[in-house]
Amino acid sequence: MRNPLSKQIVEIEPSGIRKFFDIVNEMEDAISLGVGEPDFDTPWHIREEGIYSLEKGRTFYTSNAGLKELKIEISRYMERKFHLEYDYNHEIIVTVGGSEAIDIAMRAMLDPGDEVLIPQPSFVCYPPCALLAGGKPVIIELKEENEFRLTAEEVLAAITPKTKILVLPFPNNPTGSVMEKEDLEAIAKVVIEHDLFVISDEIYSELTYGFSHISIASLPGMQERTITINGFSKSYAMTGWRLGYACGPREIMEQMLKIHQFAIMCAPTTSQYAAVEALKNGDSDVEKMRQEYDGRRRYLLHRLREMGIECFEPYGAFYMFPSIKQFGMTSEEFAKQLLEKEKVAVVPGTAFGASGEGFLRISYAYSLEDLKAALERIENFVRTLKREQ
Amino acid sequence: MREKILTVIEKNSRIDLKELAIILGVDEAAILNELAAMEKEHVICGYHTLINWDKTGVEKVMAMIEVRVTPQRGMGFDKVAERIYNYPEVESVYLISGSFDFMVVLDGKNLREVSQFVSEKLSTLDSVLSTKTNFILKKYKDHGTIMAEPPKDERMKIAP
Repeated sequence: MRNPLSKQIVEIEPSGIRKFFDIVNEMEDAISLGVGEPDFDTPWHIREEGIYSLEKGRTFYTSNAGLKELKIEISRYMERKFHLEYDYNHEIIVTVGGSEAIDIAMRAMLDPGDEVLIPQPSFVCYPPCALLAGGKPVIIELKEENEFRLTAEEVLAAITPKTKILVLPFPNNPTGSVMEKEDLEAIAKVVIEHDLFVISDEIYSELTYGFSHISIASLPGMQERTITINGFSKSYAMTGWRLGYACGPREIMEQMLKIHQFAIMCAPTTSQYAAVEALKNGDSDVEKMRQEYDGRRRYLLHRLREMGIECFEPYGAFYMFPSIKQFGMTSEEFAKQLLEKEKVAVVPGTAFGASGEGFLRISYAYSLEDLKAALERIENFVRTLKREQ
Repeated sequence: MREKILTVIEKNSRIDLKELAIILGVDEAAILNELAAMEKEHVICGYHTLINWDKTGVEKVMAMIEVRVTPQRGMGFDKVAERIYNYPEVESVYLISGSFDFMVVLDGKNLREVSQFVSEKLSTLDSVLSTKTNFILKKYKDHGTIMAEPPKDERMKIAP
């Protein structure tokens, strides 16, 4: 039989710590701080809209780019949150989660050999998406001393004549790092000077603490070269509904829509109706959840520092990215031992790129009680390690 | 700050003071002062426990009684309310807009006790015109808390 597989897909490496994940997911009694999704249920009024839409028999396809009602609500949201104006008819596509938006944006923009700048640590999908789109991922290693923000110098140093896209993953999973206005202005300058495009993954934009998220597209000269990606998963606790969106210049969106049209058809109809309700009446839910996360964030940071684990204060998403370098172990070793000895699951920083070595991702999408219980175990573990040192 | 403190302790009045300080990002002494002040001002009226009596085997009957009254000259409804709420078996009393005046929640050992209270004490008050007793059959949610056991965390244990 001939080899049934595409060379390209075979060459893409599966995540190296897949095995570790599999062990944890099978373990019944492990306490996990390893989840990348909210612990809240989708607010009831939003779920109810989904239910109503089913009861009314709204079980058909929507138009490819999404329900008109939803696209209008998205354009209003972008305006009221980020002062960005998008024509709902041509500049917004509703996608199956933010991930689809990332995929189709890259496929619509890359030619073979085009380079994509990807800051890491970051969510795992950017390099494979770039590869599958025929592009070449170029990793920028973010540094702890910059609190894992991206600097203009780092971008400059990675640019070649082939560079086409810069991925901007902030607020960041896994570091919790955010970019402030000055940080973004410096990046925007480089982007414009070198005629690059930006894919800005802003899925955590609602979850910032002490700062309001700024969308890079809102800086002068940037809207025409930015695809802004957002969605409902993190802000409204709607991960399972699989709903996101992309906003950007008509020229690019038209091509993205073709891929979406042929590969996906349209995002789930039920989810789209629920999302209309989320955008119309969900602001106070988001704020409630945000405040809850903020309290846990302070608590987790305090406890980690109390047990002598270094960590910079993150102002976004629901992750903390403490350093475990003092223990002389790799991230993976540390995570494995923590799981074996204390049955607490965290994600090794290396799951998000080589520059995550020496760090762990701890999620605080857990109730305070769960956090407390897990932190006690981590404290035990750390105490033993320190005694052995 | 008051609102922040109240929002947390409304759901968990047993939270450790130190923890509360960390969560709110303020110091313990400041919280302690606010708590004392709010207790004094009767903003905080108590730190009760929410109990699902159905699970205890202790017999209890609750009723919500709609009461129509004649307000008293110069005193309005308050004087009448006072006569009602002073009975220890009365759990709560609300002045209501609409077709009746007070909603009185009663906490009794059994049906007989509750009906006795209504017929002998409540109905015989001078200003009470009529009562309508609604027995509570099942409590689903109280003080923002759903009585059924919370569902398990069904998320995958770990995911990027």
